[in-house]
Amino acid sequence: MSHSYDRGFIEDFGRWREFSAGMWAWIFHKFTGWVLIGYLFTHIAVLSTATASDPAVYTDTLQGLEALVIVRFLEVGLLAVAVFHILNGVRLLFVDLGVGLEAQDRSFYASLVLTGAITVASVPTFVGGVLA
Amino acid sequence: MSTQTEPESETEIEESEAAATETESAVESPGDRRRREKGERAVEEEAKRKEAEETLDEEDTVQIKVFRYDPEVEGKQEPRFDDFHVPFFKGMTVLDALIYARDTYDSSLTFRHSCRQAVCGSDALFINGSQRLACQTQIADLDSETVRVEPLPHQDVVKDLVVDMEHFYDQMDSVEPYFDADELPDGDETQRQTPENREKVKMSTRCIWCGACMSSCNIAADDNQYLGPAAINMAYRFAMDEREGEIRKEDRIKIIEQEHGVWRCQTQFSCTEVCPKDIPLTEHIQELKREAVKSNLKFW
Repeated sequence: MSHSYDRGFIEDFGRWREFSAGMWAWIFHKFTGWVLIGYLFTHIAVLSTATASDPAVYTDTLQGLEALVIVRFLEVGLLAVAVFHILNGVRLLFVDLGVGLEAQDRSFYASLVLTGAITVASVPTFVGGVLA
Repeated sequence: MSTQTEPESETEIEESEAAATETESAVESPGDRRRREKGERAVEEEAKRKEAEETLDEEDTVQIKVFRYDPEVEGKQEPRFDDFHVPFFKGMTVLDALIYARDTYDSSLTFRHSCRQAVCGSDALFINGSQRLACQTQIADLDSETVRVEPLPHQDVVKDLVVDMEHFYDQMDSVEPYFDADELPDGDETQRQTPENREKVKMSTRCIWCGACMSSCNIAADDNQYLGPAAINMAYRFAMDEREGEIRKEDRIKIIEQEHGVWRCQTQFSCTEVCPKDIPLTEHIQELKREAVKSNLKFW
């Protein structure tokens, strides 16, 4: 075809307002997956350098990090990301097994609600020491 | 009408009535009479339509926003949206509105349609942000002031709402979508299918090749070699058909388990969501994935 109109980026990605449940689940799963990989590498990097010399450095590093309010909040975020990834991963396992495909949207909403509940419940544990 | 000497201010209706009285005096064949009556009716209906259109208020019209693009006409090469205000009637579909807009306002408005009853699959469009069949979508169901009509995403636009379906058809052909049994029965014997097996492939046979699923799939948008939901569904329809036999089924599994086959599916459920024939596409793709694993996993 000699002429055709390329509708560009929006066409490949779609319009987020019009996404359905399955699409949101896919996006969140990708996003949380990348966040977890990012965390994993930072985690390994920090621990390997902090424990390299002696135990005192390790304790200092961790205590220094935990003293920062932002780190406490990031931990809540990390938990939320991990919990959603786990729950949606279970949902995807069921999808792969062909179980409950008609309820895929509801199971996504359920994993969202559960993630929210667990995250909220974890806030006192993570943030308590800093703010109280 | 050449003998008429009526003043120019006469309306069309009066003109035709005059013509009618004139011809009545002469000997009139039944055919002439029917044509005359038909002509009168047409004029009457046209007048009624005009009157109805003039008295329309906001309540009775629907606004459609239609994607326009024509590479062959200078000044239309830049894509734009045209607004049409179409009189609404109960039961009006998006296709009805488009046909009205084309016939009444702009005859260059281009879109595919044929059977108008969700059988031919030629009018899959992107309506209010979702792939739907225009003939199957009731405007009353859309719950919005304006109806936004665009060509299917992820396909090249040829003109206005018409997209190039060639790639879609290529993908459909690549799964060999035809019945091809290992062995045929002798003579006049009928090749029977069990009711259970028929029930299993029933939904997959409903595909009308409209391309809505392929257009909704993010993976297909990114990976041009991906077979796409429709083609995999076609493969499912024949691979699961018991009449074809084991050897053919194995061949079919080999086609769909390639790199750009079933394994590209990441279960977004977009295709299942938009399928106008309610085919459980994701379910079929997942089942073929399991079949592919089963045919490769051997513990002996």
